[in-house]
Amino acid sequence: MSELSTRGKRLEALRIAFPHTIPIMAGYLFLGFAHGILMAQDGFSFLWPMGMAVTIFGGSMEYYAAEELLHVFAPLSMLMMVFIIQSRHLFYGIAMLEKYKSMGNKRFYLIFGLTDETFSVNSSLELPLTADRGWVYFFVTLLDHCYWVTGCTVGGLFGTVLMNAIPGMDQYTTGLDFVMTALFAVILLEQLLKEKKHYTALIGAGASLGCLIVFGASTFMVPAMICILLLLTVFRGPLEKAGGLE
Amino acid sequence: MTVAEQLITVALCVVGTMATRFLPFLVFSSKRPTPRYVQYLGKALPAAIYAMLVVYCLKNVNILGGSHGLPELIALAAVVGLHLWKRNTILSIAVGTVVYMALVQFVFV
Repeated sequence: MSELSTRGKRLEALRIAFPHTIPIMAGYLFLGFAHGILMAQDGFSFLWPMGMAVTIFGGSMEYYAAEELLHVFAPLSMLMMVFIIQSRHLFYGIAMLEKYKSMGNKRFYLIFGLTDETFSVNSSLELPLTADRGWVYFFVTLLDHCYWVTGCTVGGLFGTVLMNAIPGMDQYTTGLDFVMTALFAVILLEQLLKEKKHYTALIGAGASLGCLIVFGASTFMVPAMICILLLLTVFRGPLEKAGGLE
Repeated sequence: MTVAEQLITVALCVVGTMATRFLPFLVFSSKRPTPRYVQYLGKALPAAIYAMLVVYCLKNVNILGGSHGLPELIALAAVVGLHLWKRNTILSIAVGTVVYMALVQFVFV
């Protein structure tokens, strides 16, 4: 195949990919921007949100990490939290095994960038027969990555400029951290709307609240996730029988 | 945390995240069926994890003192109500956050 027609295929793939990513652009720019401002408010240079956006590329994780960076260094519990928060990616990977395996070297970037939103687009993509599937996947992933990095970087820069320009600016941004609470609440709500039964959400909430009361705010997360895994394993039979999981 | 410790923490996030993204491609095959227990966790975990993360966000709320968690309760009700009505993620998050900021800056000072 000539160089020109390869380039033509890529351009066509980009043209197909872009419209699918527009809703994600809005979400990533907004959430990334808010994340950048929060980190600036906590005194981090824009290089932090930018670097995290480039290398982690995962919203929930980065919001959680930004909060934890202010607390005591706890590498082991952090690593456990990363695994539990990001465990859902395992299932995106399983769903994309067939589609991504034959994608040559591109597959490393595709797997790297398998976020919730990229997964939702790439797993449900219907393409014309002429389109190069691999390049469309690639551009969806790349565009999403660019939106997220842009949002986080601009938020970090804007936040830093704002904090420096207006003394006492942080009093006007008090409560902005609620953006993380609202984000998780909406994701949970969406999950609840998809499911017919809500036992697993109740297990998550109950175990976490119980551990919060017993262990206190600074150390309850590791026991909470162990409790959740134990409860889900012990009650697997009844939960599967009850059905309604999505 | 020192800067070095913060960098290590971010590096752990990268390593852990990438492990969860790459592991299925290393461990599972599209020809063999995925183990039933793994499939089950895939369905059962997400709601439990997000419920845990909401509790995590609210961990410092003091129901017995201060504003008794009222700003959080009101703002969350706004998020849930608006989301059930409009089903627009960005709108729900943005309005909920503004409501919360207004409450803690002007009402529950």
